[in-house]
Amino acid sequence: MSNALTMTGRSVRLSARTPDALITALVMPVMLMCVFVYFFGGAIETGGEYVQYVVPGVLILCAGFGAGNTAMAVASDMHNGIIDRFRSMDVGGRAILAGHVAASLARNLAATAVVFGVAMAIGFRPQASAAGWLAAIGVLVCYIIALSWLAAAVGLVAKSPEAAGGFTFFIAFLPYPSSGFVPVDTMPSWLRGFAEHQPVTPVIESMRKLLLDQPVGGSGWQAVAWCAGIAVVAVAASGALFRRRTS
Amino acid sequence: MTPPLTPPAIEARGLTKSYGDVAVLRGIDLSVAPGTVFALLGPNGAGKTTTVRILATLLTAGGGTARIAGKDVTAERSAVRRAISVTGQYAALDEELTGAENLRMMGRLAGLSRAAARTRADELLGRFRLTDAASRRVGTYSGGMRRRLDLAASLVGEPSVIFLDEPTTGLDPRSRQEVWELVAGLADAGVTVFLTTQYLEEADRLAGRIALIDGGLIVAEGTAAELKRRVSGERLDLAFAGRGAYEEADRLLGDLVVRREPDELRLGVATSGRAEHVRELLDAVDPDRRLVERFAVHEASLDDVFMTLTAKEPAHV
Repeated sequence: MSNALTMTGRSVRLSARTPDALITALVMPVMLMCVFVYFFGGAIETGGEYVQYVVPGVLILCAGFGAGNTAMAVASDMHNGIIDRFRSMDVGGRAILAGHVAASLARNLAATAVVFGVAMAIGFRPQASAAGWLAAIGVLVCYIIALSWLAAAVGLVAKSPEAAGGFTFFIAFLPYPSSGFVPVDTMPSWLRGFAEHQPVTPVIESMRKLLLDQPVGGSGWQAVAWCAGIAVVAVAASGALFRRRTS
Repeated sequence: MTPPLTPPAIEARGLTKSYGDVAVLRGIDLSVAPGTVFALLGPNGAGKTTTVRILATLLTAGGGTARIAGKDVTAERSAVRRAISVTGQYAALDEELTGAENLRMMGRLAGLSRAAARTRADELLGRFRLTDAASRRVGTYSGGMRRRLDLAASLVGEPSVIFLDEPTTGLDPRSRQEVWELVAGLADAGVTVFLTTQYLEEADRLAGRIALIDGGLIVAEGTAAELKRRVSGERLDLAFAGRGAYEEADRLLGDLVVRREPDELRLGVATSGRAEHVRELLDAVDPDRRLVERFAVHEASLDDVFMTLTAKEPAHV
C-alpha cells in the first residue's frame, strides 16, 4: 500500500513535468465543447439550451483523452529499465499500475474542474443539489477509474508507447455514438441499438440527469454496473498481463 | 571442529533458458563467495544478461536452481529481492525527475521513512559527486552522471549482493575509470559484486574471479592469472613483410594462432617462451626464412584466453 502511494506520487510528478500531454488532453475537449455549442449546437434539438445537454459528454471525452495518457505512461514504463529496478525492489505490478491509475484520476479531476469552469463561463447552469453533485462526480470517478485500469491493461499489451497512444482514438470515439452530443433517437436505427447499449450512454445520461436535477431512473445503476464490470475485468487482465510481460 | 558454513553469496546449478528453439543458456554453474567481485565475461549474445536476470529474480529459468545468500530465487523471491540490487545496461531512472527525487523515491520503495530517504539520498549524492546536480532533471545529465546516479540508486536499500550488467558499456574512458573506482569501493565495503562485461581489461582489473561464457556455457573459470595460464605462459608475435606472407603463415599455423591482427600483418602464437620452442615455431612457419620480418615474445593476455576459448573475436577496449 505504501508502495502504491509512492508510485502515485511518482506518476503525479511525472505528469506535472510533462504538461504538454496534460494540456492536449484538456484543450481538445474544451475546444470540442466550444465547437459543439457554437457551431453545431444551434441545429441540434435537445429540448433546451444545448450547453446544458453537452457538458457530461465533454467530460467523458476528456476522460478518454486522459486514459490515452495513462496507457502511454504504462507502456513507456514497460519499455524502460526502471520496471526492472522496481521489480528487483519487490514492488509489485499491482502497486505500479495502481500508481498510474491514481495519478490518472488526479489528472482527470483537474481536467474536469477546468471543463466545468469553461462550461459555466459559456452558459452552463447545473441545477443539482449537493447530493446530486456528489452523485454525478461519483459516477464520473467510477468511469475514470474503470477506464484508467483498462488503459493500464492496454499499456501492458502495446508494443510501444505510441501504439498505446492509439488507444486514445478508440476511447475518444466512443462518446460520439452515444447520447453525449445528440439524442440517440435521432440516429439511424442500426446505430441506435449500439448507442443505447454501450457503457458511455448510461454514464452520460445519469450525470446529465443528476446535474440538471432530473430523475435518474435506471441509468444510474447501469452506469455503476458497467464501470464495476470494466474495472474488475481490467484489474484482473492487467495483473495477468503484467505477470506475463515480466516472467 | 568444523567452521560454520556460510552459503555462497551467489550459487547457480545447471541454469538453462530457451526462447522457442533457441537455447540461450545451456547449463550454467556458478559459485561466488561473499564479499568478492565476480566477472562474467563474454561476447555479445553469450547469455550474460539472461544469467543476471535469472539470478536477480527478473526472469524465470527454464531449468536448474539459483540461490542468493542461500535463498532460492524462485521460492524465496521476496527475501532474495531484499538482499540484492540490479543495475542494467540502460539507466533505470525517471528522466523527468531530478537526481534527488529519483533517489528519494527509491528510498521510500526500499522501506525508508520520508526523512530517512532524504538523508540517504543526500548522502549518496555526495558520495557519487552529484550534489551539484541533485536538483536537476536526470534528462539533462551526461552518460557518466546517469551511470553514477543509477549505481547510487542501486545502493539505496543497502544490498549485500549487487548485479551490474555491463556497467561501462557506452561510457567514455574517463567515465569508465570513475565507474571502476566506484565498483572497487563497493568491494572494499564488503558487498558482493557480480558484473558482466565484454571488456577483458575490465574483468582483469575489477574481479577476483572470472567466468568466461560463450554460447550459453561457462567455458572457463578462475582468477585472471589462472585463466592466462590455461592458454600458455607467453605469446610469440610474428610480423610479416606483406599480405601474402601473412596469409600463407596463417594457413600454415592454423589452430595455433591465438591472435590475428590483419591490419598490422601480425599473428600471435602460444609459446612457452623458451628459445628452443620459439626457434621451432619460426622454422615451422617460415622454413625458407622469407615470410617473418620481425618477432616479439609477450606475456599472454586475457585476450588470448578469450580468443582461444571462444569462437568469436573479443571486443577491445
